[in-house]
Order: sequence, then C-alpha cells, then structure tokens
Amino acid sequence: MNLKELYQEIILDHGKNPRNLRKTDNYNKDAKGHNPLCGDNVHVFLKLDENKKVDDISFEGSGCAISMASASIMTDLVRGKEEAEVKEIVTDFLDMIKEKDDLNSKLLNDDEKTKLMCLSGVKQYPMRVKCATLSWHTLTSAIDNSQEVINTES
Amino acid sequence: MNIDDIKKEFPIFDNKIHNNDLVYLDSANSSQKPKIVLDRIYDFYSKEFSNVGRSVHYLAVAATNLYENTRVSVQKYINAQDKNEIVFTKGATEAINLIANTFGQKYLDEGDEVLITELEHHSNYVPWHFLRKSKNIKIEFAEINDDGEITLEAIKTKITDKTKIICITHLSNVTGAILPIKEIVNLAHSKGIPVLVDGCQGAPHLKLDMQDLGCDFYAISGHKMYGPTGIGVLYAKKKWLEDLPPYQGGGGMIREVKKKGISYGDLPNKYEAGTMATAQVIAFNESIKFMETIGIENIEKHEKELLDYAIDVLGKNNSINIVGNPKNKGGVISFTIEGIHPHDIATILDEDGVAIRAGHHCCQILHDKLGLPATARASFGVYNTKEDIDQLNASLNNCKKIFNLK
Repeated sequence: MNLKELYQEIILDHGKNPRNLRKTDNYNKDAKGHNPLCGDNVHVFLKLDENKKVDDISFEGSGCAISMASASIMTDLVRGKEEAEVKEIVTDFLDMIKEKDDLNSKLLNDDEKTKLMCLSGVKQYPMRVKCATLSWHTLTSAIDNSQEVINTES
Repeated sequence: MNIDDIKKEFPIFDNKIHNNDLVYLDSANSSQKPKIVLDRIYDFYSKEFSNVGRSVHYLAVAATNLYENTRVSVQKYINAQDKNEIVFTKGATEAINLIANTFGQKYLDEGDEVLITELEHHSNYVPWHFLRKSKNIKIEFAEINDDGEITLEAIKTKITDKTKIICITHLSNVTGAILPIKEIVNLAHSKGIPVLVDGCQGAPHLKLDMQDLGCDFYAISGHKMYGPTGIGVLYAKKKWLEDLPPYQGGGGMIREVKKKGISYGDLPNKYEAGTMATAQVIAFNESIKFMETIGIENIEKHEKELLDYAIDVLGKNNSINIVGNPKNKGGVISFTIEGIHPHDIATILDEDGVAIRAGHHCCQILHDKLGLPATARASFGVYNTKEDIDQLNASLNNCKKIFNLK
C-alpha cells in the first residue's frame, strides 16, 4: 500500500478544483450515478454534435477526492471524441482500474494516458475502486440510455 | 480498572494492521470481542452442542439451561421485572422490526402517526416506513436543535391525538446525544402512548434499568456489547408480549398445531420461532459477565474521560469540525475536515492502523438535515486509551499534510 501513489498531486488538484463541474447548456444526454454505501452522487451531462462527437461534457455532484478527480479527468479526456470512442476509452479505463497493469488505449495520447494512470493506485484499495469508477459507469449510462433525446435534437 | 489488562483480553489487538498497532475507534459500529466470548462459542460447539427446547437427551437439556441462563443474565443486567420479557432476536434491527410488524398489525391504521426523531438510525425508520406503505400511516420526525440533541420539548410539540407510538434512540450514533428517555416516557405515558427505545448505543455504554426507565420496548444489539454477531434482545413489557400477535411462525413458538387451527406457545417461546442463534446467545452471557466484572459505572466513567479528552484534543485541531454539541453525550465523535472528504480521511487513517467509520452511518435523514453528505466518526469502547486519541489526532494531521492543508 502506498498512500502517496493514491493521493498524487494531480489527484489532489483535480479533487480540489474539479474541471467541468457545472451543467452543460443544452445537453442532450445525461445520467445520474449514486454510490449508496458512501452517499456519493454524480450527474453527468453530455452534448453530442450531429456527428455524435462530444461537444461538451460536464458533471455535478459531491464525493471524495478520488471520485471527484476521476470525474474531472474523465470529462477532460473525452471532449472531442466520438461516442463510440468514448465507450472504448471507458472500457480501457475500467480494464486498467480493475485488472490490467497498464492502460492500453489507442485513442489517448501519452499525456492523457499519464493523467489517467494516476488513478491506477486505487487498485490497491478495493473499497475505493467504486469511487473511481462511478462517474465512468454513469457516462456509459448517459450514452446508452438517452437515444430518444439525441433523436429529438438531431 | 486497568485498561491495559482489559485490552489484553481482546485477541484482535495482538494483530498488526498495515504493520501498525490497531487503534480501533469503530465500536459504535461493532465492538471487538474478548477471548472468553470467543472461547465460549468454541467450547459450546465442541463439547456441549445441541439444539435447545426440544429434545430430552442430556445435551439438549444442558444446552437449554445454558440458553435460558443468558435470558436471566440479561433480565438482571437491564433490571427487567420478568425473565420472559427478554426475547432473543438476530439483532436490534429484528427487535424493532418485530414490534413494528406486530404492533403495526394490531394497533396502527390509516392516518395514525408514529413519532420518531431526526437522529434515528435507518433501523428505527425503515421498519415504520413499511407501515407507511402498507397501511398508509404517517411518520413524524421530532427535530434536533443546533447542538444535535432531541429535547423533551421537541417530542412534545410533535405529539398529536393521532400519535400511537414514539420510537426514539437512547444515544445517537452520530452526535452522541443521550435522550431524556425517562422524561419522554413519562410524557408519552401521560397521554397513553407507548415508547420504543433503540438501545443499540445505550446498552453498551449506559447503566440500564428497565423498571426505572419505564419504556415499553427496548432493542439491544449483542455485537455492540462485546458479544457475537447474530444476537440481539428485545425487551418488552410482559403485557405487550402477551397482547401482541406472534412475529414469525415456525417450530418452537407453538403450543398445538391442528389442521383446523393453531395455538401459540407461552412467553418467550411465542416470539422465538425456529432454531435460534444458540451458541451466540450462550456466548453473550460471557459478554454480560465481562461488562459486569468491569462494572458499567466504570465503563461509563472511562468512556466519558476519553470523550472529554478527545473533544479537547480534536477541538484544538483547528481544521476539525465536531458535529453536534450535546450536553449529555456518549462516546461518539462525528467530525468533518474542511477540504477532505470523510472517505479520504478513513483511507488515510487506515494506513496507520486507525479504524474509524466514514459515511452517513445509516442516518441519512440526520445528514440531510445537517447538510452533510458524509461525516467521519470515531467511537469508543472500554479498550480505548488516551494514546488511541493521540494517534487519531496525529493521523488526522497526516491527512491534512497529504491534502496540503494547514
């Protein structure tokens, strides 16, 4: 166990000053996530353009440093990506946080990978993995569940 | 009383947690177990085991006697009038569910009110919510004051002519507030309303006298009293146990079963259907002996000293906000640190072997009221020392350091 690995500077920074902690205007997809065990809440808002590219993404909610940092980094990384690409990045992240040692993602550049890898320390804390994954599952749910909204918008 | 000697009776403290001594500050959640309790479980299963109350063979008779001995010990420990006022359950949760179910069935109808408080643990709210769904009853909440207390006045203002039962905690597992139970009971009884007390935090830490307290029902959790899990106690005045319908049906709780009809057994069998947690009940007798040997007055005094010390130490730590400031408070301190989420605090403390709880502590109503999604909580048991609190404070300072707080 290594607390320094868990609470790296970048995690503390994103945890304290989360990026995209707001509500997207005219969002066309959203989903809520809730961790009943600890009471963490997250609400992810997506605005996809006509090419299903992420025009904007934001979130509202409260939680621990790990969950806030994870949501913050996530929203930074998927902006500009296409819907299918977003889902692939989510899978890559979940693979990394749950089982794999490394982050294998052909959609992210090295800088972006380094940022995400900062969250890999959470693996050593099984009770905290769900803190890191909540916003990512919520993002998947937003993409999958609001097909109707996207149709109305387009 | 020598705490070092008492601590030695708990094998768990021989273990290292992340290479550190265990500083266990989560006794409000569940207490650790002394060796005599653990040994009793092993000895019973290895030398004396049988089901109770049924067969006539040697082991069955002996096991039944042991099982019933615990009932008498509990009766004496809480000064109940009759041993048959002691019903064993799987926990305090089941004890409250038993009353919600049976009292609700017989005495609650649409529009009737159950008065609880904002301090209640989910186990003293959700069972009543079931009745709100099934019978359309109402649940009223007595409100806390700024100190996180429930006063007699707070109860008084919520009593109406529709109030059918008042269900209150003895000692809040979040703010530590000790409620004026006797006064509330007197008030309620003057209006003909029975009172149920959730004694989960009361029984391990306060001297109990059911005849003096006067409440109608008192729910006890065994595992918070240095006892095994899977065992609780419902104390109920005999008149209620005779009057209310049975809770669960099955073996052991019946008198006569015919195709046409069934009659139920005498107390306390009427409420103990099926094979009970026999070994746990028998081992629970050792928990009571353990507490009696130390003396509840000594436990209270020790925990009060710890509490005063902790409030002093944590109070001087300028980043820490203690939740609630009850005048009459048990050994529970819930707190927040501006800028660090309670879960991060708990993870960082754990690294030092300091076990606390973080979250809503099964009191979401209270946390909503306080406007806090979660709090961190340190709670004490008889084995805690001032050194434990010093370690807690040092580890909290480490949290602040990691989060770059001053």
